[in-house]
Amino acid sequence: MDQEATPPVTDLYAARADAPAVPSAFSAALPYLALLVVGLLFPLFGGGYWGVIATRACVYWVLVSGLNLVVGFAGQIAIGWGALLTLGAYTTSVLAAGNVLPALPPYLALAIAAVVGAVFGLIVGLPALRLRTFYFAITTLGFANIVTQVALAWQSVTGGGVGVPGPVFPEPFSSQWGFYYFCFALAAICTWMTANIVKSRFGRALTAIRDAEVAAEASGIAKPRLLGTVFLFAGAVAAIAGGLFASLQSYITPDAFTLDLSVLFFIAILIGGRSSILGPLLGTILLTVLPEFSAPLVAWSTFLYAVLLLVIVLAIPGGIAELLDFRNRRPLKSNRAILPRPDLVARLLDAAPETLTLTLDQVALSFGGVRAIDGLDLEIRPGQVHGLIGPNGSGKTTTLNVISGYYAPQRGAVRLNGEALPALAQAARAHMRITRTFPTPRIVGSASVLENVMIGGTIDGRGTFVESLLSLPRHRRDEQTLRDTAMLALTAVGLERLAPVRADRLQHAELRFIEIARGLMLRPKFLLLDEPAAGLSAEEITRLATLLMAIARAGTGVLLVEHHPDLIFDICHQVTVLNLGKRLAAGTPAEIRSHREVVDAYLGG
Amino acid sequence: MVTSIVLSGTAMGCIYALIAVTYNVMFSASRVFSFTAGTLGMLGGVLGSLFITRMGLPVAAGFLLALAGGALLGIVTEIVAVRPVLKSLDQHLYVLSTLALALMVQQFTAIEWSTEPLPFPRLLDIARTEFDQQFWLPMLACAAVIVGIELLYRHTMIGHAFLAIAEDNYAARALGLPERRLRLTSFALAGSIGALAGFAGGEMLLAFFANAPMLTFYGFVPVALGGMGNNRGAVVGGLLLGLFQQSANFLVGGIFASVAVFTVFIIVLLARPNGLVGSALQRRV
Repeated sequence: MDQEATPPVTDLYAARADAPAVPSAFSAALPYLALLVVGLLFPLFGGGYWGVIATRACVYWVLVSGLNLVVGFAGQIAIGWGALLTLGAYTTSVLAAGNVLPALPPYLALAIAAVVGAVFGLIVGLPALRLRTFYFAITTLGFANIVTQVALAWQSVTGGGVGVPGPVFPEPFSSQWGFYYFCFALAAICTWMTANIVKSRFGRALTAIRDAEVAAEASGIAKPRLLGTVFLFAGAVAAIAGGLFASLQSYITPDAFTLDLSVLFFIAILIGGRSSILGPLLGTILLTVLPEFSAPLVAWSTFLYAVLLLVIVLAIPGGIAELLDFRNRRPLKSNRAILPRPDLVARLLDAAPETLTLTLDQVALSFGGVRAIDGLDLEIRPGQVHGLIGPNGSGKTTTLNVISGYYAPQRGAVRLNGEALPALAQAARAHMRITRTFPTPRIVGSASVLENVMIGGTIDGRGTFVESLLSLPRHRRDEQTLRDTAMLALTAVGLERLAPVRADRLQHAELRFIEIARGLMLRPKFLLLDEPAAGLSAEEITRLATLLMAIARAGTGVLLVEHHPDLIFDICHQVTVLNLGKRLAAGTPAEIRSHREVVDAYLGG
Repeated sequence: MVTSIVLSGTAMGCIYALIAVTYNVMFSASRVFSFTAGTLGMLGGVLGSLFITRMGLPVAAGFLLALAGGALLGIVTEIVAVRPVLKSLDQHLYVLSTLALALMVQQFTAIEWSTEPLPFPRLLDIARTEFDQQFWLPMLACAAVIVGIELLYRHTMIGHAFLAIAEDNYAARALGLPERRLRLTSFALAGSIGALAGFAGGEMLLAFFANAPMLTFYGFVPVALGGMGNNRGAVVGGLLLGLFQQSANFLVGGIFASVAVFTVFIIVLLARPNGLVGSALQRRV
């Protein structure tokens, strides 16, 4: 198989000549540049009131850009985010007006508001880690309700129903257009920063948490930390938007912060579309401008937003972004084949095989009265393919789930070189270079194939969130390395031509190979595969076999849960046969093939 | 004072419990929580005031029409906001579609009815006493609904069918149960229960559009505390919430009562995400 005619490595990228076009950085940036020019020139043709509307759109976008990471990318339904606008508006105004402390300069007040907003963003957001979707949505609504009530009641500080004057920023930002440019600049910076995040490993990890949480865990993505960081950021920019909002209003009362505002921010993102920055940006502009066209629309605006939301959810769940995504509508070649390059696998994996063993030691686990596994011993060695077979319900997948940390065994332990691995610590497995695939491929449909594979290398990034936010050199180096490695992994599994394509357009077999490529990104010492051949053609199974053998040859221990006896017997060094949660037999494929009980129970006569 | 705290606390608790039952009845039929639960409660009050005070209909007619209005919104919720997104439950689109519908109804009410709270009529022409009808009507409504639902679920054929689809949708359909029609009926039932909550509690809550988000939140607290789909838990949770809130109201003032309720709610939820009595293990891989 290795001798199959494949292009030399140097032609790797040239081979993509007939592949779907990769968008150039320029064409991707074009809409933003257009908006930038329009925004900069706006004072030339916009009259006084339109200036207020434009400033308001910029202020809203500062908030929405951060919330977009929470809602559009991480998929957390945070409806009441307007509460942080309220908080930022009052913090800035109160500090700048000197109600409580001596009056502070407006910039300092705004900075303090950002810190307060970040802290509250974290407080409001963190329940998302524990609560189901609807519960979380309700808690954010409850929070929004409370903030407004407190603003109304805490008269000594907020002025109660009478309100408090908003901050005035000094020259050159005190005039209408000066303040507009101030807000516009902040909006542009927020766009740039969130675009950097979205293109970084943090942004990809967010979408992985949203669409394929178990895959994110298998790649070692720490959800609490990542979401926490994003909530801090989204809270900070929301509070800054609040400070700007207060200045724009020039006087704020609790009436200014209705639930309608929260709803506007939230709906702007959904109308814009998930996993997009341009979409929500256009959505924000649209929703800000729409009610201005006629007076009756102002009263009905929230009703209209709600109608829009319903239409979007029911008719175009992808939002504006999907309507604008022309590139992914071009048909793909239908007769494409997966042509792995097993010779490249060794370049991806760490060369030196270690004397590491992954063992199961008398592991037992029952669900209710059913003994799923019952005192199982198993040893997986580097450089070997270990097959796990057995009839349905014999405990194969349960075993794999115990190894990868999803289930806590009631007895026994999983050990890496004799040391017990903690149970229910799925994401920690990746840091020990143990990863897995899933019986149904878990991928991020809206991300490109290449991005999906890059998710696998998340934990090897060195730069911090802030470095990615500002696109500092370490972030750019991380991205370059991840991209190159992912391209190599994709080439190794034979899918490099599909790198720029949206993953949900691919066929089932291709998704299976993407999962393997994603697993290889982790340079795994142990790779656990749950029925990788299910749904593959005979030809594809042969190619999978060569690929798996190459992975084992490069020093990785492979655990293969499978139903195809041929694949198992062709490539496994060791085979364990399970029946009713117990080991029925173990040995080399030859031994298993002649094992009487196995033949009777499973292989058939 | 203790008497009035207990009375108003219990009455509010019963209203919350009824909204919680509204959530639960919809949830049992569809595995979906709907943001329209509180909207239904709001609508009960507004429709009651519309039919009886503004249009001068007899109380009984106003009552039946208000319940019918709730049932209608329940049906609309099912057809417009739930059925189309049931296929993709894992994407949680129902959160957005029901939110959209709830906002539409709420805004429509605000514009076409009033943005101010309007009075709700006294339903029975009897003298005011300490144990007034504004307190015992919600209690009576809550007791009637709980007993009625228990009887319906335990002792009637259609109740068994409801339980069957709540337990296992696919199996119920395989048995030949008209799953869609039953779901629609459940939503109609939930709609009238929600409207009943707002109608019976009309004198306390008034006819006010902003009751919708308030009831959506406070009505969900008992659901979260009592466990999803658990009506008895909902009643206990509702009464606890009502009494806690009213005592805090009297003792430390309204705003801090809200803050206290919210804080307790969050802490309890974080400690017990499946409620105080519920337990659920999800299979993820």
